[in-house]
Amino acid sequence: MLTPEEQREIEEETAHFPVRRAACIDALRVVQKHRGWVSDDAVRDIAEFLGTSSDDIDSIATFYNLIFRKPVGRHVIMICDSVSCWVMGYDKMRDHLKARLGVEVGQTTSDGRFTLLPVVCLGACDRAPTMIVDGQLHANLDPQKIDEILERYK
Amino acid sequence: MSKIFVDKKAYEVNPKQNLLEACLGHGLDLPYFCWHPAMGSVGACRQCAVKVYRDENDTRGRIVMACMTPITENMLVSIQDPEVKDFRAGIIEGLMMSHPHDCPVCDEGGECHLQDMTVMSGHNYRRYEFRKRTFRNQYLGPLLNHEMNRCIQCYRCTRFYNEYAGGKDFGPQVLRNLVYFGRAEDGVLENEFSGNLVEVCPTGVFTDKTLKQHYTRKWDLQMAPTVCAHCALGCNTTAGERYGTLRRIVNRYNSQVNGYFLCDRGRFGYEHVNSARRIRSARARRDGQLADIPKAEALDRFSSFAAAGKMIGIGSPRSSLEANFALRALVGPENFYAGISDAAHRLLGEMLAILRQGPAPASLLQIEHADAALVLGEDVTNVAPRMALTLRQTVRQVWLDKAEKMRIPRWQDHAVRELAQKDHGPLFVASPYATRLDDVATETHRAAPDDIARLGFAVAHILDSASPEVPGLPEPVRAQAERIAKALQEAARPAVVSGVSTGSVAVVRAAADVARALAKAGKPVAFALAMEEMNSLGLAMMEPKPLGEALEAARRGDAQTVVVLENDLYRRAPAETVDALIGAAAHVVVLDSLEGRTTEKAELLLPSTPFAEADGTVVSSEGRAQRFFRVYPPPGDIQDAWRWLADVLGLLTRPEGLSWKNLDDLVEAVARTFPALERIRDAAPRASFRIAGAKIPRQPHRYSGRTSMLANIAVSEPKPPEDPDSALSFTMEGAPVEPPAALQPFFWTGGWNSIQSVNKFQEEIAGPLRGGDAGVRLIEPAAGSAPGYLNTVPAAFTPRSAEWLVVARHHIFGSEELSANAPAIAELSPKPYVALGAEDAASLGAAEGAAVEVKLEGGSARLPLRIESGLPRGVAALPAGLGPLDGITLPIWGRIELTR
Repeated sequence: MLTPEEQREIEEETAHFPVRRAACIDALRVVQKHRGWVSDDAVRDIAEFLGTSSDDIDSIATFYNLIFRKPVGRHVIMICDSVSCWVMGYDKMRDHLKARLGVEVGQTTSDGRFTLLPVVCLGACDRAPTMIVDGQLHANLDPQKIDEILERYK
Repeated sequence: MSKIFVDKKAYEVNPKQNLLEACLGHGLDLPYFCWHPAMGSVGACRQCAVKVYRDENDTRGRIVMACMTPITENMLVSIQDPEVKDFRAGIIEGLMMSHPHDCPVCDEGGECHLQDMTVMSGHNYRRYEFRKRTFRNQYLGPLLNHEMNRCIQCYRCTRFYNEYAGGKDFGPQVLRNLVYFGRAEDGVLENEFSGNLVEVCPTGVFTDKTLKQHYTRKWDLQMAPTVCAHCALGCNTTAGERYGTLRRIVNRYNSQVNGYFLCDRGRFGYEHVNSARRIRSARARRDGQLADIPKAEALDRFSSFAAAGKMIGIGSPRSSLEANFALRALVGPENFYAGISDAAHRLLGEMLAILRQGPAPASLLQIEHADAALVLGEDVTNVAPRMALTLRQTVRQVWLDKAEKMRIPRWQDHAVRELAQKDHGPLFVASPYATRLDDVATETHRAAPDDIARLGFAVAHILDSASPEVPGLPEPVRAQAERIAKALQEAARPAVVSGVSTGSVAVVRAAADVARALAKAGKPVAFALAMEEMNSLGLAMMEPKPLGEALEAARRGDAQTVVVLENDLYRRAPAETVDALIGAAAHVVVLDSLEGRTTEKAELLLPSTPFAEADGTVVSSEGRAQRFFRVYPPPGDIQDAWRWLADVLGLLTRPEGLSWKNLDDLVEAVARTFPALERIRDAAPRASFRIAGAKIPRQPHRYSGRTSMLANIAVSEPKPPEDPDSALSFTMEGAPVEPPAALQPFFWTGGWNSIQSVNKFQEEIAGPLRGGDAGVRLIEPAAGSAPGYLNTVPAAFTPRSAEWLVVARHHIFGSEELSANAPAIAELSPKPYVALGAEDAASLGAAEGAAVEVKLEGGSARLPLRIESGLPRGVAALPAGLGPLDGITLPIWGRIELTR
């Protein structure tokens, strides 16, 4: 079931489009904002709320890699693996993160604190290597800086 | 016509086609994946790349996608240019990167478009050395197998399933090299046309699960052109056999009828032929039990009954004209009865009379081109399923016309869909309950049959005030009739569809009046009436007497012997009526292929041939006479019903029995007896037809194991069986050239092993087959004749206090007798139930699933309640053709009570 809060926020988004179904991306974002990820049940609920099928919603949900269809940790780290960051030492940053967190890219730490994911370009090539944590950009990374940053997210 | 030059050779082409269609239409080999002749172009796969040149001086040219390129006069094209060949080889190499190369274990192998295109493009060595992407497959139900690793992402499946067929429970997921085509979760595909994915998918992602139970490669199948036996539309199919079992059905293209697609009942309903309940030898009753007897003894007994006294024959709408005619000849025209309920007989007679007066029955192709449609009282998806897929396309016609005006070619599929967005052309559906076309309907109308008829008559009256007025029409209904009339009036090519669903003569008459009013206004109206069985119309055209009179005759003692032809009478009348008829006769002879309630009552049971083992002519609801051909000779003592009857006539030394040697003799006799059926002679070439002195082989030239497949019985190769009834042979050898379309046992040509080789057999892409589409139309009203209006407006429906009008609700899976014996179809068939509207259920105090007692004249039963919110007050529904009350003719008034 969508919460009243979620329903209200999605309803607001539908007002921007001539057809309800068009608000599906926003609906997915609303649900993810509140729950951290989008479950199969949530896909069904959104479909019902917007008058379309689960298959229809899932085809959109799975298309966007920033819509999470599996549970994620409390904080999501997305490290850029694009060209500029790669030139500037992305590999070392990734390996450092993997070692610090004890997970592979795509996994969540056993305490449910962090999920580590790759991302393609954060638009900050001039300050590579980069990553974002919960939407906050962190640039000019080095291993020590990464350690400091991780400390801020409990 | 326009002229184009392909690799410096001139070709005349249709300027409305795209370049790919033009090239394929001339037999040029150009590989493609995403384009489909019925679904148009999207330019997704990039495989049909060609070069076009500005003028003679342009030596470089530029690469374009042929499927996205319109024809221009004198355009210069190259398929063979080395650069573009290289480009195509690169594309297929990319598409094949993660393909598992599992052809030896893939059901598509040997008839795979991907194999054909790979060979055609010259991609024969794999360079990609990394891990292939792999997927988890889904359970999609009993009809289709899913193997996603084989996918090459052409998007054809979703374009068919979602866009063309209107399916909602399937689609593309994820992106990049991980694109996945499937459902949100495992489960049975809901769309009634899902089986077409087998042919639409260019490789083995979707394959026929029923074929898998007894898998055979296409090249090992003995095949024949046949006609679908599971409704009256007469879709053309190809059936394939090996080792005496029917292995599968695939579509057989007919531009006027089914085009490229079949419904799932037609594709997967065939397994009644392989049923363990098949009757394989003659049986006679001894000590109350049916026991096998030799053929000669069976014939002796039968002829002794004939000599003993009066004999009546009960024909069948699922038997060929020839079988019905042979029965009619044996018992005499005055003793030949329709094997359907009297109400169905009346309705069918009415429909035939209406079609004969006009407008003429429309082909499915004609309906597809309609730009506005009214479906009056018909549940098309469940009675004549393939027509529902056709009607679904009519809502696009307005937009196709608009696109053309904006110079967007009709084949530019996504451009046209973008233009239309979610907007649909006019389609109105009036039915007592929700239908599967409602999602694209402009408006629906839920009412009892009489009120549906009144809506129809009201539309007709608005279109032409000379047609009768409907008194006392409620204002909302009148306003809706206005809107329907306006849409039909504004349409260039309106369609009107009705049929047997409501069992109401008034509904069919109302539909006829609407069609006639439109015809009178000069519209080229596409008018169609849906019927239930393969030869419903053909049986009506042989003018049998109503079944009720057979009972009268039996009561009078005028029926010492009752001969039942391929018919379960317990589906046609209440059990006590049938029991009375059978009880009054001294002898009951039944001819049929499957054991059933009627065959159990036989004193003498003769094994006849199901469609795959028979030849015959049937008349579709379009009035199209079509020949179906046996795929393999019937085993043992099984023979065509007409042959059993002719054998008896022979023993009785009646002239017919002595002169009927093969099917052509029967066809000739039918054509001479019934002027209306005269043209059935032209439905197929005669058995003596030869091409360069040879018959047409049913087996492909790669048919394997001929010398060894029966080696366990005898080491010498047996002589192939003779086929006296057709120009087809049970061999690999035969006519070196392409036979006429009506005799084409399968589509296959050099380099094109898949069913998509049909491109090579058409006059132009998506046009008629070369040599003409199969079948001849029998019902063409005289030109210029203006039939009058039918003037029979019924009174408005009034609900009764303690009774309900019980209407029939057809089910694509379960309502049709033969397919219900196919395991995969049976699995999808609903359980018996009775349905009521939400308000009526509440007033009865019954919840969904509650046990209720249904009491009808002719029988009663306890059934679970199903609540159908759309059903009007005072109307209940029972599933047609299934459940304990299947012999009672609906609609009928009856009582429904909550079981205490």
